[in-house]
Amino acid sequence: MNTSLILLILAIIGIAGYVTGARHAMALAGGISSKLHSRPGYYGSFVAVWAILPAAVILFVWLVASPMYISSSVRGAFPEEVKTQSQAEQGLSYGMITSIARGMNALTGDEIARVENNPVELRTALGAKGVPLAGDPQPFMVKAAADLNRMTFVSRILMTIVVLGASIGGAFVAYRQIAPRFRARNRVEKVILGSLVVASSIAILTTVGIVASMLTEAAHFFTAIPAWEFFFGTVWDPRFAAAGSGGSEGQFGLIPLLLGTLYIGFVAMLFAVPIGLFSAIYMSEYASPKVRAVAKPLLEVLAGIPTIVYGFFALTTVGPFLRDISSQLNGLVTGDYANFIQAQSVLTAGFVMGIMLIPYVSSLSDDIITAVPRALRDGSLGLGATRSETIKKVVLPAALPGIVGALLMTASRAVGETMIVVLAAGVAARLQINPFEPMTTVTVKIVNQLTGDLEFTSPQTLVAFALGITLFAITLCLNIYALYIVRKYREQYE
Amino acid sequence: MNMMSESAVEKALDQKMSDASHKMIGKDVSVYYGEKRALFDVNLNVRENTVTALIGPSGCGKSTFLRCLNRMNDTIENCRVTGKITLDADDIYDQNIDVVELRARVGMVFQKPNPFPKTIYENISYGPRIHGLSKNKADMDQIVEASLQRAGLWGEVKDRLHESGTGLSGGQQQRLCIARAIAVSPEVILMDEPCSALDPIATAKVEELIHELRANYTIVIVTHSMQQAARVSQRTAMFHLGQLVEENDTDKMFTNPDDQRTQDYIMGRFG
Repeated sequence: MNTSLILLILAIIGIAGYVTGARHAMALAGGISSKLHSRPGYYGSFVAVWAILPAAVILFVWLVASPMYISSSVRGAFPEEVKTQSQAEQGLSYGMITSIARGMNALTGDEIARVENNPVELRTALGAKGVPLAGDPQPFMVKAAADLNRMTFVSRILMTIVVLGASIGGAFVAYRQIAPRFRARNRVEKVILGSLVVASSIAILTTVGIVASMLTEAAHFFTAIPAWEFFFGTVWDPRFAAAGSGGSEGQFGLIPLLLGTLYIGFVAMLFAVPIGLFSAIYMSEYASPKVRAVAKPLLEVLAGIPTIVYGFFALTTVGPFLRDISSQLNGLVTGDYANFIQAQSVLTAGFVMGIMLIPYVSSLSDDIITAVPRALRDGSLGLGATRSETIKKVVLPAALPGIVGALLMTASRAVGETMIVVLAAGVAARLQINPFEPMTTVTVKIVNQLTGDLEFTSPQTLVAFALGITLFAITLCLNIYALYIVRKYREQYE
Repeated sequence: MNMMSESAVEKALDQKMSDASHKMIGKDVSVYYGEKRALFDVNLNVRENTVTALIGPSGCGKSTFLRCLNRMNDTIENCRVTGKITLDADDIYDQNIDVVELRARVGMVFQKPNPFPKTIYENISYGPRIHGLSKNKADMDQIVEASLQRAGLWGEVKDRLHESGTGLSGGQQQRLCIARAIAVSPEVILMDEPCSALDPIATAKVEELIHELRANYTIVIVTHSMQQAARVSQRTAMFHLGQLVEENDTDKMFTNPDDQRTQDYIMGRFG
């Protein structure tokens, strides 16, 4: 029986358990549901949970464990000369065995008998069934494949029996427990609580796992390259040389990338903060509800545009425009029509990234400004202040900590942005301060180092993890600080 | 000040009150929130140097009327005011009236203390600063001190003028808000249930303050407490379902009202 069919049967047993459980509870209470401790549905759910949950856990464990067990026993039965081969070759053999096993399932008994002892014919026969083999199978493989199929078959049957048995048994045990004063509601709610805990632990554990994997890879990198060379090096030149050839280790200086990241982020914030903040003030203080209802979603559409699209925009529109206008300006002033702004430059990337960030700034700030109590505005207006004075002197100062927090969160987005920079600022890691020249960022270099055919043992690729962990540390600090500020601000009014 | 002279002052004030011209005159004032009508042709005059109490059950329109007096209703969407309200014979809903200037003359204290999240000093100096009432720092110091003195808060806060106003107790915050309103030298002070968020001791202090402020200001106060209206006011106006039921001397209102509904409300039969 295959897994989805088992799951379907589990679901059916669960539903049946629910119905009979609920009915049984009602029957025990003599049809008066107020005599029961919990609503009848809870008794039903209790039975359903017992029918499904343990059986599903067993099913899951079985599905994970049985292939492992089968694989190890098949490998254990390899002939001695195969066992002496390297792990990789044994893996290949095992792969072929699984293919043969799969193919043999598609053959009829007669065909198997015909081809069993003739490897070449077996290969063609399997090929005809759509199961290509990498090489001619050896005799021991055919036997191993037959073993594999047999074990898988037995495992399947056992699994079906055990799982369905557990399901029916669980339902039965739960059904027997039902009594009018039985606290089914509390039990069911504990299961719900448990599932909530599991869901949040998955999220947390994933974060821990990501950080741990980055840390271990970064640690490998730092065994090859000293940490101070990475953190304080001013030259980025990883040199994709053949691994092992001496003297081509490359230089992995973080400084040009970090400065590029901060520089482009700074330029982006220079565009995004005033525009975003002003639009937030307009939206929250001046716009009539009608305008706000239309304009705010429109502004937030900007946030939904994929960043790669902003990248196109930068590459095909903004970059060339800035380049042409700079050459015109230069021509007007000096008569020399050379452009002083490169098409790919810090300015282009910063400008386009700034546009991307506007909705974040305005939406977050708008929420924060709106959260300033109306009483404060009334107090100020009641003293004869104009609306503008009220905003400048009361509302904005009161909202300032929250706005700063919002801006920090926006900044951490700017630091993590990749696609716009790839297309708009280029990939040249340079240490310079001219905003009209290309520069690059940490994220772009991570992508650069990890694309292409690379072995995951050389510093050239491992550096990506060191860069990643650095970036992670920066954005984490920004976000924690932002949260700290925002929380402090909330306390002011509570 | 001994008892004799205090009662003499009271007497003088009452004398002044009875001669007094009407500081503000409301004529046929109606207010609509969108389609809903909240006030029906209210005719109510506010006498100078008098505390006028507005009473009535919740939703009767007394706060709405109060907020008409300095056009705070302008800040509410869909709110429309008809009729005529004058301040010293100037129509406050006239096109030529600057609402900002009006609010400087008719100050307001709100139900919940709402000090700005700034220092005590900045809370008081906020109004004078935006209206340019002080020439220099010393001048401003003087305004701040005088306002806090009048609000009876000076003694309690003089050593911590540069600490946050939100750190004060509820009663102190409310007196800070009154001081803030006084600082712009208004002629009329509107108070919208100024004591509803305060404990009895703080309430007593604010009531005492209202009593003293009467000498220099015209005060209109909305209150839910009959006792408070009886204690602090000289004139009382009773609202019911958006209509002005009765307006009278407070003494008469609480002993022998003209209208049966007033009688019932004061006796606690409804509301």
